[in-house]
Amino acid sequence: MLKLKPVNIPSSPADTYNRQILRRFLKHRLAVVSLIFLGLIVLLAILAPVIAPYDPNRITGGFSQAPSYEHWLGTDQSGRDVLSRLLYGTRISLLVGFMATLISTVIGVILGLLSGYFGGWLDMVIMRITDMVMSFPYILLVLVAAAIFEPGLVNIILILGFVDWPGVARLVRGNVLALRETNFVKSAEVAGMPKGYILFSEILPNTVAPILVYATSVFALSILDEAALSYLGMGVTLPTASLGNMLNGAESITILTSKPWLWIPAGSLIILLALSINFIGDALRDAADPTSTK
Amino acid sequence: MFKYIVKRILIALPVLLGITMIDYGIMCLAGNPLEMIAGPRVSMEALENKAILLGLDKPFYIQYLVWLGQLLQGNLGTSMKSYLEVSDMIGSHIGPTLLLMGTSLIVGLAIAVPAGIFSAIHQYKKRDYAVVTLSFVGMSIPGFFLALMLIYLFTVRLGWLPSGGMTTLGTDGGFLDVVLHMIMPVTVLAVSIAGSNIRYVRSAMLEILQSDYLRTAKAKGIGRRRVIFKHALRNALIPIITVIGMQIPTLFGGSIIVEKIFSWPGLGLMTMNAILGRDYPVIMGVCLLSAVVVLAANLITDILYALVDPTISYH
Repeated sequence: MLKLKPVNIPSSPADTYNRQILRRFLKHRLAVVSLIFLGLIVLLAILAPVIAPYDPNRITGGFSQAPSYEHWLGTDQSGRDVLSRLLYGTRISLLVGFMATLISTVIGVILGLLSGYFGGWLDMVIMRITDMVMSFPYILLVLVAAAIFEPGLVNIILILGFVDWPGVARLVRGNVLALRETNFVKSAEVAGMPKGYILFSEILPNTVAPILVYATSVFALSILDEAALSYLGMGVTLPTASLGNMLNGAESITILTSKPWLWIPAGSLIILLALSINFIGDALRDAADPTSTK
Repeated sequence: MFKYIVKRILIALPVLLGITMIDYGIMCLAGNPLEMIAGPRVSMEALENKAILLGLDKPFYIQYLVWLGQLLQGNLGTSMKSYLEVSDMIGSHIGPTLLLMGTSLIVGLAIAVPAGIFSAIHQYKKRDYAVVTLSFVGMSIPGFFLALMLIYLFTVRLGWLPSGGMTTLGTDGGFLDVVLHMIMPVTVLAVSIAGSNIRYVRSAMLEILQSDYLRTAKAKGIGRRRVIFKHALRNALIPIITVIGMQIPTLFGGSIIVEKIFSWPGLGLMTMNAILGRDYPVIMGVCLLSAVVVLAANLITDILYALVDPTISYH
């Protein structure tokens, strides 16, 4: 029988670049573990309505009952099932983090592109506004906004999203300034390509990797901020569960000492989520860095 | 050099003006101050009289200018709850906050700088990974949760440290008492500072370790220790200056939550109470103060950076 030798099909440069990134990413064992963990948590959060044993907002047992066969993680101060609330709370926390990151990244990318590419007075104006917003301590601005607008799921997403864009804007602007001097952008300009095409089809794709890396850290921060705000009662409001507001009563001594199921699960999940997202972001940074020699 | 400093200050001025506008905008978004002062049971006429008295019948840009004029004279308004001058309130609360923030900054950097340098020297070794992983853990623990865990461990379980306040009630405090009260809040703030800065110091150090002049120093054969401590460290300190400037907003924000949890009697606790009580003149005053401090800190670090680093260009 004729044996066919495997032929190396030349792949497109983009393909090998992506594969190179993937290969370098897979070398970070912690990041791979984090990715699997995050994927699992996201899956559990999405499937919450299917797998949660109880309705998260219904009273299904006694107040603050210890974990038992009926309630794997016990019940909270109002007698609601902690495991069900944990699943739904993760859903809300991930949603807030993701949407806030999406909003701030889109705003930041657009402003950064405009600022870096067009320069001149537009750049001046955008960068000074960025300076102004960055001068206010982030948490303070978020807290004040949360005090002015009613706390709630949509508002907390909007607040976090609209406060956290300056970092992305600066990052994108810097990258655009560097890319504008490259030969491929210059040749596109000489060829008379429309500005919109150059911005979105030449410059933007080449700055996607650093934006993604930055977005992961914003994602982790947004989850932490949502938790802090909801813990203080200024974020996601009850009865909707979020990882932060599940810790609401945790500062009381009785809960801290004798009812650990009310604070350990939610607290550790927040830390693990933020940690795994940060690990993934760091591995991405390393994998996407063209000067990396590893 | 002189031109650079002047230019940097000229750029900061419109930003400062913008900050006052944002601050004023926050107040406007918060709603009608008259209703907040007077409450719901006041006749329309009385409200109108009061509006004219306070100048609230004028267009908003006039009101803004009036407010700005007052601001320039150091008048930040009065609290809606305690009827104290906001500037006096800030003055009496700023001491404990500066103490807390300053100590946390020093402790945080005292962890981050050696750890970052250690990590860079041992790049890609187990020790490096251990330090970097720890820094990620520090970054990923929410401050309020770390505070709860510390209270659980050191106050509830071990009974070593007081859970809140600045001094023990009923005593006049004393140095040791204040130190004991500071340990936990400082730990929370320092962990977040160290966590976010170790990798920054590490990469600054790595960049220098790969530079040509360091290769020259190595080639001279003066020994590893002297290369690192004499040549690399001094140059690595330059980017670290900017780190300090970058910490100010984080510290301000962090201290709000930390002071609230540990009932530390500073600006953060005052701010948090003002936010919870919707006391807008106080909120505005603190926002403005912190933004101006951050702006000034950025300005100073930029100028310091230019002074220290001979290679920076001044235009």
